[in-house]
Amino acid sequence: MKFIDEFRRSELAKGLISQIHRRSRTPARFMEFCGGHTATIFRYGIRQVLPSNIEMVSGPGCPICVTANADLDKAIALAQIPEVIIATFGDMLKVPASHSSLQEVKADGADVRIVYSTMDALKIAEENPTESVVFLGIGFETTAPTIAASILQAEEGRIRNYYVLSLHKLCPPVIQAILDSGEVKLHGLICPGHVSAIIGSHPWEFIARDYGIPCVVSGFEPLDVLQCVDMLVAQIENGESKVEIAYRRGVRPEGNREALRLMGRVFEPCPAWWRGMGEVPDSGLKLRKEYQRFDAELAFDIDPGTAYEPKGCICGDILRGVKTPLDCRLFGRACTPEYPVGPCMVSSEGSCSAHYLYGGGFEG
Amino acid sequence: MCLAIPALIKSIEDKEAEAEIGGITRRISLWLTPEAEVGDYVLVHTGYAINVLDQEEAEETLKLLEEIAAAAEEGEG
Repeated sequence: MKFIDEFRRSELAKGLISQIHRRSRTPARFMEFCGGHTATIFRYGIRQVLPSNIEMVSGPGCPICVTANADLDKAIALAQIPEVIIATFGDMLKVPASHSSLQEVKADGADVRIVYSTMDALKIAEENPTESVVFLGIGFETTAPTIAASILQAEEGRIRNYYVLSLHKLCPPVIQAILDSGEVKLHGLICPGHVSAIIGSHPWEFIARDYGIPCVVSGFEPLDVLQCVDMLVAQIENGESKVEIAYRRGVRPEGNREALRLMGRVFEPCPAWWRGMGEVPDSGLKLRKEYQRFDAELAFDIDPGTAYEPKGCICGDILRGVKTPLDCRLFGRACTPEYPVGPCMVSSEGSCSAHYLYGGGFEG
Repeated sequence: MCLAIPALIKSIEDKEAEAEIGGITRRISLWLTPEAEVGDYVLVHTGYAINVLDQEEAEETLKLLEEIAAAAEEGEG
């Protein structure tokens, strides 16, 4: 058991597809919240093998895509401070902010370094004691505990030149905001697998209970997603709405208690601004008072100026599930992975990038 | 962004481990999974193990999927 190839076996996929076709009668629209699921669905052509009564829409589960330009501008402003080294995950580099991208300011001389982990960022801080390392804290509940751990490590190791720009976002509140807006009618939710590895399956229960929408937590291999769709179909055809886990090898109902403990020790919920959705209460994380000395926004005096949205870009509507990349006039013309206008074309998990790379020609 | 991949823990030293990911050995942090042991598969996200994978659950899921596939084949035949 290596936990990868076993979940890509085509003969098992055929069985699931056949069962879905046999069981599914009711027209239904499912949202895959997570960009990782969007990538799996496109890479393996899953939309094309589902019955025509099932429509799949992509949700806002791409942390880079939902980061507002006003917040991206803060990262750019920090990068332009001479004694600051920006440490960031690589997919942030090409994201266009209001006036430039990290890649552009790096070309102009800013010290922007790509890291795989916060552990690398801490190492850079240790090796450069006269400079300040700012880690761009972008990510959901999956990533936030790793950044909390890095802050605790910095405290333990007395690393005084390590800071975090905390732009973390929380998933359940934004799903609630989407459902409350009533803009897109959903009949099932594919819940994010690695967010749920941390928070567990309980935080999704309000969706099944209060909104009557079936929820299934899915893994990221093709069999995981197919099994998840099959379980959603079964709930719909049985007239049920509950939370189930299709990814039982990776997700426990109670989540990862140690990760939640560390995240809760360092961060507390705050309002956050989402691209396309505006401000959503309690959907962000800020550093608790005891850890504010690690807060890059408080440590440095920055003035990012007024934020601008790219003209003609409909990433916000796509992230809410009300439009698809094919509705965008810029898609594939002015906006490509090489020269992205909006963030959904930059990230490999963005729906514009998935549409561009894998096409499909099949909406729904 | 929430990508996490299975890795096999080869050795543990304090809160860090050597883990094999697709044939490559790399150092990962066990800050979030203090219960992890040598021989466990963990899900690694940005250098941190975020959960210990449950082998029994994985086998049970595959068994269920095999039953579904067998039933589907029977239905077709």
